[in-house]
Amino acid sequence: MFKTKDLLGIKDLTADEINHILDTASGFKDVLARDIKKVPALRGKTVVNLFFEPSTRTRTSFELAAKRLSTDVVNFSVTTSSITKGETLRDTALSIQALGADFVVVRHGTAGVPHFLSGVLKASVINAGDGTNEHPTQALLDFFTIRSHKGKIEGLNVVIVGDIAHSRVAKSNIYGLIKLGANVRLICPPTLMPAEINKRNVEVFNSIEQGIKDADVVMALRIQMERQGKGFFPSLEEYFDLYGLTGERLRLAKDDAIVMHPGPINRGVEIASDVADGRQSVVLEQVTNGLAVRMAVLYLLSGVKE
Amino acid sequence: MPGKEILNSKEIERALTRIAHEIIERNKGTETLCLIGIQRGGVYLAGRLASCIQSIEGAHIDTGILDITFYRDDLYSKKDQPVVRTTDIPFSVTGKTVVIVDDVLFTGRSIRAAMDALIDFGRPAAIQLAVLIDRGHRELPIRADYVGKNIPTHFSDMVEVFLKEEGKEDKVVLISEQ
Repeated sequence: MFKTKDLLGIKDLTADEINHILDTASGFKDVLARDIKKVPALRGKTVVNLFFEPSTRTRTSFELAAKRLSTDVVNFSVTTSSITKGETLRDTALSIQALGADFVVVRHGTAGVPHFLSGVLKASVINAGDGTNEHPTQALLDFFTIRSHKGKIEGLNVVIVGDIAHSRVAKSNIYGLIKLGANVRLICPPTLMPAEINKRNVEVFNSIEQGIKDADVVMALRIQMERQGKGFFPSLEEYFDLYGLTGERLRLAKDDAIVMHPGPINRGVEIASDVADGRQSVVLEQVTNGLAVRMAVLYLLSGVKE
Repeated sequence: MPGKEILNSKEIERALTRIAHEIIERNKGTETLCLIGIQRGGVYLAGRLASCIQSIEGAHIDTGILDITFYRDDLYSKKDQPVVRTTDIPFSVTGKTVVIVDDVLFTGRSIRAAMDALIDFGRPAAIQLAVLIDRGHRELPIRADYVGKNIPTHFSDMVEVFLKEEGKEDKVVLISEQ
């Protein structure tokens, strides 16, 4: 199945590989429902979380996933590290490897950092978000959540609404959803649509009312506050008026459509509060599934022979 | 590769019937008894043993399914990626006499993994082991309490158990390399 020691992006995976990860994650989801939520599968291995960007949920999720597999986990965050003393990325990574890390989970503001580290390190590198490029484990947990509600992904109308251009979550989802046979629709203001979007594989809408029609899955993306006032859209209020996921707009989707969000949520910006908490919302389930999916990724990568 | 049939359908049935009687006799009934089959062959055999025991004793017996993938010790030495299957133990094993059921007993490593997994579900009063075939070559101090048939093998031989639940005809085949 897996041919490489690393998980750098969904772009590099086949549909079969994605499905194998999801099937393995189902097994781990069962483990997480038990009294003893821990298995000895990766006993003696070491996972280092190397985060150059602030993150609570992804880092915590990786940490807990690693602990549930009986590994030892070390968190290495930039503010407390020698990076602030001028150490290069390569030297930091090599010294982490010299400590005996088997996995390096890396998040960095620059796209391609995990790819660079994968060539430098013998350890397995897992991309936990690199710039605006990819966030593969978030997409995998999204696929897992969709599959557990809809039974399949092929043929579903999956709508992604929000800041597509700056979203690594959207990129990873688009790569994977197309491979898995979903009809992908992107909704956002023209200013937030990436230039490189291939319109042969996805449908692009500038109106949420048009794009959301008959959707099986509606995924809202976080509008990063720092984008405000940079010419992408006039104000957060206007964004909500035109693109916010409200109950009224959600009624245009299928009745059993699920509402997803990678978190953290800005209530009243990209999603209305009552929708985020509503009966169709699976936001918290996504968080739980993230644990199972990350366990599956760590577990499967450790079985890879180079 | 030509294989030698070592058990046919009738012989498998007789072996399981005998094991069912032995389990009842050894445990003086079925009161605190439950069966847990190891994925995959053991699951079908546990099901057959359960219905056999039920027809002899007229009492229901809890039956569970155990996947031991996460407890294996050979993740780093196997050629293929592990495939995770269902675990389903819909009852408490604490205080029970659990009979682990597997098709072939070989090195004993699967049973070691199964016992570790089982103990994460609770504290059984006792764990026993029933296997259809014991082919020797143990690498751990483990032995079966109930054995369908002992067969001498070379380490490199393969023992294949075919069961009708998988759409095959019931039989056990010994495949030798030369």
